[in-house]
This record gives sequence, C-alpha cells and structure tokens, in this order.
Amino acid sequence: MKEEVIKKLEILAGAAKYDVSCSSSGSNRSNTNKGIGNAAYCGICHSFTEDGRCVSLLKVMMTNYCMYDCAYCANRKSNDIERTALSVDELTELTISFYRRNYIEGLFLSSGVVKSPDHTMSLMTRVAKNLRTLHNYNGYIHLKSIPGASPELIRQAGLYADRLSVNIEIPTEANLKLLAPEKDYTSIYTPMNSIHQGILENKEDTKKIRSIPKFVPAGQSTQLIIGATPDTDNHILSLASNLYQHQQLKRVYYSGYIPINTNDSRLPAIITPPLVRENRLYQSDWLIRFYSFKVDEIVNEKHPNLDLDIDPKLSYALRNPWMFPIDINKAPYELILRVPGIGVNSARLIIASRQFGKINSYQLQKMGVVMKRARYFITCNELSSPTVNEIKPENLKLLLMKQLPKAKKVKYPGQLKLFDVA
Amino acid sequence: MNTWIYDNSFEGFLTLVFNCYELNIFPDIIKGNRNNQPSIFPESYEVITDETKAKRVWNGLHKKISNSSCQLLYHAFLSEICDVELMILHYIREVFESPINIELNFGNHYILEMLKMDKKVTREAQRVLMFTRFQKTTDEIYYASFDPKYNVLPLTINHFENRFADQKWIVYDTRRNYGFYYDLINSTEFRFTENTINRNTGTIDKSMMAEDEQLFQELWKSYFKSMCIKERINPKLHMQLLPKRFWKYLTEKQNNE
Repeated sequence: MKEEVIKKLEILAGAAKYDVSCSSSGSNRSNTNKGIGNAAYCGICHSFTEDGRCVSLLKVMMTNYCMYDCAYCANRKSNDIERTALSVDELTELTISFYRRNYIEGLFLSSGVVKSPDHTMSLMTRVAKNLRTLHNYNGYIHLKSIPGASPELIRQAGLYADRLSVNIEIPTEANLKLLAPEKDYTSIYTPMNSIHQGILENKEDTKKIRSIPKFVPAGQSTQLIIGATPDTDNHILSLASNLYQHQQLKRVYYSGYIPINTNDSRLPAIITPPLVRENRLYQSDWLIRFYSFKVDEIVNEKHPNLDLDIDPKLSYALRNPWMFPIDINKAPYELILRVPGIGVNSARLIIASRQFGKINSYQLQKMGVVMKRARYFITCNELSSPTVNEIKPENLKLLLMKQLPKAKKVKYPGQLKLFDVA
Repeated sequence: MNTWIYDNSFEGFLTLVFNCYELNIFPDIIKGNRNNQPSIFPESYEVITDETKAKRVWNGLHKKISNSSCQLLYHAFLSEICDVELMILHYIREVFESPINIELNFGNHYILEMLKMDKKVTREAQRVLMFTRFQKTTDEIYYASFDPKYNVLPLTINHFENRFADQKWIVYDTRRNYGFYYDLINSTEFRFTENTINRNTGTIDKSMMAEDEQLFQELWKSYFKSMCIKERINPKLHMQLLPKRFWKYLTEKQNNE
C-alpha cells in the first residue's frame, strides 16, 4: 500500500459520505476455516464522526467519475471536482487491513457510473468476490447496486454481499426525472425486484438444501432524500411502508437534503438541512416497524406532514385523546406501547412484572417510563394526575412543549416556486 | 458490624454465599481482598474459596432461575460497583426464599437493579468491542489496550477469538493490569511484567511497529476526517456516543506527533 492512497481515500470517502446507510446488522455470517472476520447479527459501530453519525463500515466509492448528472449529487458529471479511482486490489487491501485493526465491521462500496452500469457493477462485484474467495473474509459487505445494471450481475453480486441497496432518492418519479434526467423508476425498481425475488428463492432453496450459499442475507435497503422536492411526509412514509411490506426492505433511510450544488435552479434554496424533519421521519419509521402503527395513524390526508414541535407518538396521542387513559395494570402490550413516554423496553418490563402484583407509578419510573409525559395518558394503582381529556389536548401540547429541551430553531423556508406547480 | 472478606473471584463470592446458608449468618459488609494482604478488619470472617461449594450454589441458582438471569448476576458481579456483592446476595436470597420463580418481577427493587447493572456492564463490554484498536507489531501480533470502567475483558474474548481467528493478538486491560494472548489456537490470560506499553496512550513503541502500521493509522485518521459532514456537526451528540474516556486509545482521536 502506498502513500498516495491516502489522497484517493480522502476524496472517495468524502464522496461517499452523503449515503446515510451505516447499518452492519442483519447478517450472521460465521468465521469459517479459521479465516478472517464474521458478521454480528446486531451489527457493531466502531466510531462516530463529529456530526454524530455512526461509522461501522468502510464507506467508500470505487470511483467518483460519473457519466450521470443528477442535480442533488456532489459527484455529478458537470461538477468541477477532483476525480480519482481505487483499484480492486487497493479496495480489498484497505478493507482487510482496516478490519484486522478492528477499525470497521466491513465494507460499504458504491460508485459513480463509468462506461456503463454493467461495467461498473461487475468491477464492484469483483471486490466482494475477491474478499470472499481469495482472502477467506467473512465480515460484512454492503454493495450499492448501480441503477440500470443487468439482473444477472445483481444476482452475482448478491452471492457475495450481505446487503444490496438501490437508492430511490426522490420520492416521486416525476421529480426524479426532473433532477436526475438519466434515471427513472424502472432503472431503480428492476434491480430492487430482482433482489427481492432472489431473496425469496434463496429462502425456498435453503429449505431443501442446507449448504446452499446465502443470497443477500441482510436484505436490501434504500435511501430517500428529504426536502429536495415538495413531497409530503404522508407520501414519503406511505412509500416507505409499501417498501417494507411488498419488497420486504430491511431499512429505508431518510437523508435531509444538503445543498451541495447551490447554483442549480431545480433545487430549493435552503440554508441548513431539514434535520428536525429527518428526525421525525425516523421516529415515524420506528413506530411503523416496532410499534405496529399504521402510516395513516401517523400522517394522512388531513395531516399530510409531521408536527416538527413534538414527536409523532405524542402527536398521535393528542389527536386521539378518546383512547386514553390506559390502565397499566390491565391493558394489552400493544396499547401500552401507544402511551407517550413508554418504550418497547419498559412496556415489556410492565407486562412481565404485573403477574406478581399491581404496579405503581414509582415502580414505573424506575422501569424507565418517562412519567413527565406518560402521567397524562395512564392510570395505575394510586396515580392521580389529570388526564389528557381533562386538560384538553391543545393545552397539554403547550404544557409538554414547555418541558422539552429547547429545540434549535431550524429555518426551513420551503421550496422554490417551480415546485409548487409541479 | 459483621464483615466478611473474600478473594474477589466469582468462585470466592459463591463460596461466601454457601457459607452464609451453612452458618445461617448474613454479612453486613462484604469486602474483597484482592492482593491477599492480611486482613485489616479486626472483627471479620475470611472466606476460603472452595470450588465444590461454589459449584453447588451456582447449580442451585440454575434450578431456581433461568440461564440468562444467572448470566445477569455474573455480569453484575463484574461491575465491581461498590457493595455490588451485598446487592447480589440480597437478590440470591429473594430468589432462594421465594416458592415461585420471581426473576421477572421487575417491581422488586433488587431484581430491577440487577437488570440495570447487567445493562451497564454489557454496554461497557460492547463498547470495548467497538472501540478496540489493534496495532500491528513487527512480530505480526496485533496489540490493543483499554481500561474499561467495569471488569468486562472476560466477556469480550469469545468475540475476538471468533472474529480474528487467523491473526495473533493481545488485548490488555491497563486498569486491572491483565490481558489475554491469542496464539491462533487458544487465548491465555497473562500479565505484563515490563513496561513495553505506554500506559497513557496504549501505543506501542515505534521500533516495535510493523512497517506499514503507521500508514494504516494515517489512512484511518484521514478516512475518519473525510466522513464528517460539516453542515451537520454536532459536538454534543458526538461526545455522548463516543465518550471522552475512550479517546486516548482511539487511533482516530490521537493527534499526529
């Protein structure tokens, strides 16, 4: 390995940093024949950047040369930036050497599109293949599939990767076409479908033959850019929920739009990325995946956008005061989960403990329930707090907002005129 | 005050529990006597570690509660938190004296506390898995040191053995001054006698570093820097996720000399 790789890595890691996917979970590849590495099912972070994001994978681009010209992308053809590429051997050596020092949990490889989608995809696949076959590497590999790459190549990649992802980026096709003229939904959904198909078939095959090689054992994920187009939260979350249900995606990532190409008139003029909105979307995503909320309970035609002042679960509770207060000592798990201030962990502790006797509010607090919020939505033994119905939801919202840590005011002046008609 | 002294080992503690039930006397204070110094507590009872007795208590516990609750108790022991032994003894008494299995009664103070302590300890162990940084030496051994808050090294060895099966490595707890050496087949506990390691930074002497070690440390540092999105910088969150006490052993947080 030579000194000059430092420069290349700097450029190509910098180019890959806007891909928010960071998870290294969902795969339990074990170390075989005294090779190097294994994949922990829960995933392990190895560091955190100063912006507070987790570093668990060597997230890097093979090259930042690109024949496409997507408006939101730092690496688009028309940008005047320094271009470089890492060779297959350099990438494998970097991965192995970082892995041996416990810097990383694996590799996340994406790339600009060079020559053709198939050419790029096959180079990326070769990195994964070499790691697995030449180096006996069993750590995590996440490959970004290149839009437009042929299904055969995607299938091959899936035999070596733990996770494949195809980024949708823009939540509606019309807006995608406007911002990324070379892309369309067909080029995104075709690989997504063939990965999904591959996973289903692999599941069937492993039932028959145990030793069959795994195909994308950690499933697939995608990313949506938030705030570059006027799409509503209702639209975004419906799309995400659809992907979870019908494509069995493991994760949908939401990436608050960062104005990289400031002089493009197709993009909104914003000063800071919509971080609060991004956070609310992740909270809603969490409610859908782990709290069995339905999308239209969180956002709908009447409330197309998430409340930026309070979290979506509290917002739901305030819009549905009729279902409260909930009796902690009697209500089923699913209902207890709907109480603001009670999470999955404390709900489980409550259910496990109440067979031994009634639980009081002091015990709830010790179990980790945030009583400041929960007290207005529950009854338990002796607790005598006014309920949400007595205080009235609108008053309670103001009361609870006062107790929240002072949220940073994020300026979000909205979209440019052009999009209001689109 | 009824003070009991044991040798700081888990077996020693379980022997202590056995003796409590045998004598039907329960201590008010439990003290570890790590370095086998003569007892400084005049009115004290010294427990002599006995593997058979310890085993009997351990098996007895397994009959009353699940495997995972026994693990919880062991983890709490590793926390080395002040008076944790008394806390565990209380827990064991509640478990032994109840006619039914009460391990899930988190309304009970001791049972909930045990769960919380387990969480603290497993979290710290997890952090060791996250924040360990190996440095390659001239004799091809990968070396790492750290000083975890709790005594979690025993909980991490399995992970390192499974993950780094084809490289020799050493992990070392500088606070408790012991470590493990893996020779490609087994890992064995040992203690450094010489000062080959810089206790402040955990780094090995440059003369002992493999030829390309410096380069990979530079590569990693520059990678770490490039990954940060400056529009999103959030020092508070950064500090919360990557506590400062780990920085001294983290390659990416070390200044270039």
